[in-house]
Amino acid sequence: MSRREIVVDPITRLEGHGKIHIFLNEKGDVERAYLQVPELRGFEKFVVGRPAEEMPQITSRICGVCPTAHHMAATKALDDLYQVEPPPAAKKIRELIYCTFMVEDHALHFYFLGGPDFVVGPTAPRAERNILGVLARVGLEIGREVIGLRKQLRDLITRVGGKVIHPVFGLPGGIAKALTPEDREAFLAGADRAVEFALFSLKLFEDIVLRNPQYVEWIRSEAYTHRTYYMGLVDERNRVNFYDGWLRVVDPHGREFLKFPARDYLRHIAEHVEPWSYIKFCYLRDVGWKGFTDGPESGIYSVAPLARLNAAEGMATPRAQEAYEQFYATLGGKPVHHTLANHWARLIELLYAAERMQELARDPEILDPHVRNLPAAIPREGIGVVEAPRGTLIHHYETDERGIITRANLIVATQNNAARIAMSVDKAARSVIRGGVVDDGLLNLVEMAFRAYDPCHGCATHALPGQMPLLIRIYNPRGELVRELRRD
Amino acid sequence: MSKPKVAFYWCASCGGCEEAIVDLAEEILQVVEAVEIAFWPVALDFKREDVERLADGELAAAFINGAIRTSEQVEMAHLLRAKARLLIAFGSCSHMGGVPGLANLFDREEILRYVYEEAPTVHNPQRVRPETRIEVDEGLLTLPAFDEAVRTLDQTVEVDYYLPGCPPPVGLIRSALQALLEGQLPPRGSVLAPDVALCAECPRKPTKPERLALKDLKRPHQVLIDPQTCLLAQGIICLGPATRSGCGAACIQGNMPCTGCLGPTSRVLDGGAKALSALASLLDATEEAEIERILEGIPDPVGLFYRYSLPASLLHRRAGNGRRVQEGRTR
Repeated sequence: MSRREIVVDPITRLEGHGKIHIFLNEKGDVERAYLQVPELRGFEKFVVGRPAEEMPQITSRICGVCPTAHHMAATKALDDLYQVEPPPAAKKIRELIYCTFMVEDHALHFYFLGGPDFVVGPTAPRAERNILGVLARVGLEIGREVIGLRKQLRDLITRVGGKVIHPVFGLPGGIAKALTPEDREAFLAGADRAVEFALFSLKLFEDIVLRNPQYVEWIRSEAYTHRTYYMGLVDERNRVNFYDGWLRVVDPHGREFLKFPARDYLRHIAEHVEPWSYIKFCYLRDVGWKGFTDGPESGIYSVAPLARLNAAEGMATPRAQEAYEQFYATLGGKPVHHTLANHWARLIELLYAAERMQELARDPEILDPHVRNLPAAIPREGIGVVEAPRGTLIHHYETDERGIITRANLIVATQNNAARIAMSVDKAARSVIRGGVVDDGLLNLVEMAFRAYDPCHGCATHALPGQMPLLIRIYNPRGELVRELRRD
Repeated sequence: MSKPKVAFYWCASCGGCEEAIVDLAEEILQVVEAVEIAFWPVALDFKREDVERLADGELAAAFINGAIRTSEQVEMAHLLRAKARLLIAFGSCSHMGGVPGLANLFDREEILRYVYEEAPTVHNPQRVRPETRIEVDEGLLTLPAFDEAVRTLDQTVEVDYYLPGCPPPVGLIRSALQALLEGQLPPRGSVLAPDVALCAECPRKPTKPERLALKDLKRPHQVLIDPQTCLLAQGIICLGPATRSGCGAACIQGNMPCTGCLGPTSRVLDGGAKALSALASLLDATEEAEIERILEGIPDPVGLFYRYSLPASLLHRRAGNGRRVQEGRTR
């Protein structure tokens, strides 16, 4: 039988070397596209024997882009491990730092990575589909604002965390140091700037994307749609929360399917192994693994911005709530199954994080110097959860009575999305490659299928402008190279 | 005159070193003005073939972060070594093995078995493992294989300079780039950071006693840490005395102890052993039972003293866990 294969390798906006392998049938249509992740460093194993209190700093080395997420999930697992409640000020400072981190991280994705697909456009000349193209479209002044805002926010994290890449503030029962009045002023200024920035970014999205019928059609297109379950952390009123709450899962119809504390995650989340990728694929234990397929019978679920909005009933801050309502009014009600809507959802979350920064920094209690409660309990087991920018993140440790790790399990954000991302790449490839026709437009359309999730395979670095270099080689059945497409 | 060409590459890393470069913020624009970046997979569109096409020595410098664990990483290290006049190990993982180097305490098989079979969320009755060659319905897929152990960059190829830290502090990155551009580099083999211990630049130095005599060691979660006083004086293990300066005592500014990410000064062969012996001399005890009681404050000496440097250390891997990696240091 005549077969052709398309290998997309390397895809360099992922940490490590993600690879897409597409098999075509004799008609040149896609039989199946595989997204492979060749990442494994074995953190879950080599943390065994380390003292639990070192976990916030050791596990942050899983990801230098979202170290604050791992640091915080680990710190919360330590609270649970030692059964110690942090003082109110410590909780508020943790959440303040966390929201600051969410703003700078989401801003990075929208302007540097995902945004170019929309702000510049999927059909724009490929040399312009990057941050420079974004700047050409929106102006250099905005570019300076993106760089300047990120620097200001990252400096705020450094003030409290010692370092922004691999911070050190988290301890069981609190944080390592209190906030000074000067720190608070700096956070207030940063928060105000972040809110303005978020509102501007949403306006930009509205002007450039929502007023363009073709873009809206893309967002709604079947090629980028999967009807799965969605998971996210919610507060007591089922509103999105990044720092704490209950894990809420809605079914593909948007109905509440599960709501549970992170402590019960083992009852509901399981991991599936495939021989062709190092990533493990999470699914809902309650539904089961039915292969790479969507719908209510399949346990595949999704996390990250779109999933968080779907899994919640609203936002906890006023302007973000307005944006949330507009989102669903525009896209036809809940839940939204369109993968590309992640970009819009991400900006709504950015606004929420900025507004929440303001609330927390204005709270007088945040200056209370009492930021540590010393642990007294004998440690045994601790579970911590946060919403990382890229989705639900769970750290689970077991220790001996001295607090030395004896077993660890980590459910990392992109793992929750791994199955849906794999389906998204497959479906996009099937939709755009027909009759063996491949061109440059294809490259970006396939990329967009996973880029919307802001995937972090292992610990992706989403750094500077530039296109993902793509190389597609087409071989004949004898393994001879017949065509090579590359984006230079 | 054409601009000097440089390359950035990553191996087994977390992405923090790339973020550290981005944290140069607007200064990155000056860097782009001064040099031509010929390869930076995370950011730019150049491919391995573009590097292969370069003449040997055409790159003025290549910066490699991350440790070495796969054959592909070995190949890339050799390739960049050939193309670059200067090769710089960038960050703790490349310099000394880094935190992922702690994986050398376990066999490769132990890691794979736990991750894919034993972890509590895994449901894998068929004991499926990722494989290097996989026949799927549609054809053959491949994955890279992992080596038995993590190695440093200079256990793989010859390295000219080291930029230490997890990640390297922005100030050190800036100075290194300046020195490179101005041709003001120190002797080859140097670590591009001050060759003095961190205590020299620590804001708490005035509170460090002339002679420390520790009767008790505390783990950081067990005590309220005073934000002004020398951490060692508080009985908390701080690796400042055995670690290079250059970070502005960042972790200590965060009111937590130094964990040694910049590695030892040039006079030390094995940083962990040095830290251990330095600490032993500070203990104020002579009775064995008393010493044992104090040392309960150090429940994980390897993880504490070799947090970032196990592959580079004289230990390299845990003794008695199978084959020891044979490649020695090439320097």
